[in-house]
Amino acid sequence: MAVATAPTITTEAPPASPPKRRRPRPSGWWLPYALLAPAIVFELVIHVIPMVTGIWMSFLKLTKAFISNWGNAPVTGLKNYQVALDFNGAVGSALLQSFLVTCAFTVLVVGISWTLGMAAAVALQGKFFGRGFFRTLFLVPYALPMYAGIIAWKFMLQKDTGAINHFVYDNLGVGGEKPFWLIGNNSFAAVVVVAIWRLWPFAFLMLMAGLQSIPTDVYEASAVDGAKPFRQWRSITLPMVRPVNMVLLLVMFLWTFNDFNTPFVLFGNAQPPAGDLISFHIYNASFLTWNFGSGAAMSVMLLLFLLLVSGIYLIVLNRRSQRA
Amino acid sequence: MRETNGSKAFRVIVVSLLTVFTVVPIYVMTTSAMKPLSDVQGPFTWWPTSVTFAPFIDMWKTVPLASYFVNSVIVAGAATILSLVIAVFAAYAISRYRFRGRSVFSTTILSTQMFPGVLFLLPLFLIFVNVNSAVGIQLVGTRAGLVVTYLTFSLPFAIWMLAGYFDGIPRDLDEAAKVDGNGPMGALWRVVLPAARPGLVAVAIYSFMTSWGEVLFASVMTTDANRTLAVGLQLYSTQTNVYWNQIMAASLVVSIPVVVGFLLLQRNFVAGLTAGAVK
Repeated sequence: MAVATAPTITTEAPPASPPKRRRPRPSGWWLPYALLAPAIVFELVIHVIPMVTGIWMSFLKLTKAFISNWGNAPVTGLKNYQVALDFNGAVGSALLQSFLVTCAFTVLVVGISWTLGMAAAVALQGKFFGRGFFRTLFLVPYALPMYAGIIAWKFMLQKDTGAINHFVYDNLGVGGEKPFWLIGNNSFAAVVVVAIWRLWPFAFLMLMAGLQSIPTDVYEASAVDGAKPFRQWRSITLPMVRPVNMVLLLVMFLWTFNDFNTPFVLFGNAQPPAGDLISFHIYNASFLTWNFGSGAAMSVMLLLFLLLVSGIYLIVLNRRSQRA
Repeated sequence: MRETNGSKAFRVIVVSLLTVFTVVPIYVMTTSAMKPLSDVQGPFTWWPTSVTFAPFIDMWKTVPLASYFVNSVIVAGAATILSLVIAVFAAYAISRYRFRGRSVFSTTILSTQMFPGVLFLLPLFLIFVNVNSAVGIQLVGTRAGLVVTYLTFSLPFAIWMLAGYFDGIPRDLDEAAKVDGNGPMGALWRVVLPAARPGLVAVAIYSFMTSWGEVLFASVMTTDANRTLAVGLQLYSTQTNVYWNQIMAASLVVSIPVVVGFLLLQRNFVAGLTAGAVK
């Protein structure tokens, strides 16, 4: 630190090719580190240390008795992982079921949200009266605090007092018994619809921003050549928003796969197996039984799975864009 | 762009369907908030039998909503300000300097975005409990503890977004400021920050919104003393009656500040988000 004389003389850090001999440090070399120091300290506290602790926890028998004095928790090695991956046992089969439900949930929610977001972005691409109004309106579900929207849905999905059953069975006159939506197999449909309601505006927001960067004369030129709207969408719009799509799909996948809020607010303490998303499952496995070791092992496996999928996704995308 | 009948029909259909999908829950929330209790306990009606604003008054008494409101404002505000301040310096360093460890740091920041919340929840809870039994600092059930857990998602996002945004500000501006006799901090303060205002606003909105709506950490880290709206709103249903009309009224009231703020600043938000995300 003594090297630095006055920060005012500081030049920018060495350009692309740093000098071979690092010995005479440029004055002010410490500045970026000083700027980063608070962030590094917080990153250690909120991410690095908890992460290491989490991995370590997954090798411990960390049940209720040991939670407030973790130093005494016995090491069990891979026991937690073995129990979680034993699909014939109760814990393992429930985890597998939850994983499969989450995969189906993610595919549906991301796929439909993207489709709706794209449809809305294309529909609002041209100018028409009321365009600004609809653009704002469609963003409202995203702007609402997550729990507020989900609570409204929870009310709508009640069996006897809810709007959905009232509309289908009383207004439309469909015969038969009103079903439960938050218990049993219907809970899967419920959690999917609510998650889409909340997520699609984000896809819309990002895609709309992507579409704005496409110059309109490209469309005009292709229209002169006789291209129909669908053809224009496939040959102009889709390739042009590709950079947005790459980020958008990955982010939506991660958010949806990790979705905790939707099942938690919708189902509360009841956990219908059909709506038992993985984060919700791990949460309940940890806090209802207070078996933190097992919960930590499941979270570590969840992380490994997400890293694997994201990694493959990015590698495939990079390959493709290099070939293109 | 010239418009064909087909694309016009497409627009009308898409906009109508999505309007219904978007509006129905909001409509139900709003009208149910104006219903007497007997209405929400019986079969659903699309319009209140008698319009009443009593739920908007009663909701403050059924649960201590005002104190949840204060807790949410303090926690979300503190998390936002703290992550913004830390992120400004970190993003400036990443954007303007090349130094050893730069790529390690930015990769770490980016990758934490994909980590599931539960992965941090269990260890943080355990650490908080054990810090308390070791040195006696209470973290579970305090606002400070909650703010720390909220930084797990708002800080990396803020650093990442701002670094992307700063990259979009020409370095010539920094140079000009330095020629004028400013140091690096002067350039940051007088040139980069004013130019990055839309990005700063976007990041602030995003972290306030996510903190305001955060449920996972709040459900574990809060007790009566620091309970936020996210958890507090669910307490209307654990009483002997389910006060759906009051829940809806409360949901509406707690949504208004964030929704209005977001809609007013959405242009900034979009500009900041795309500038940061699409480098």
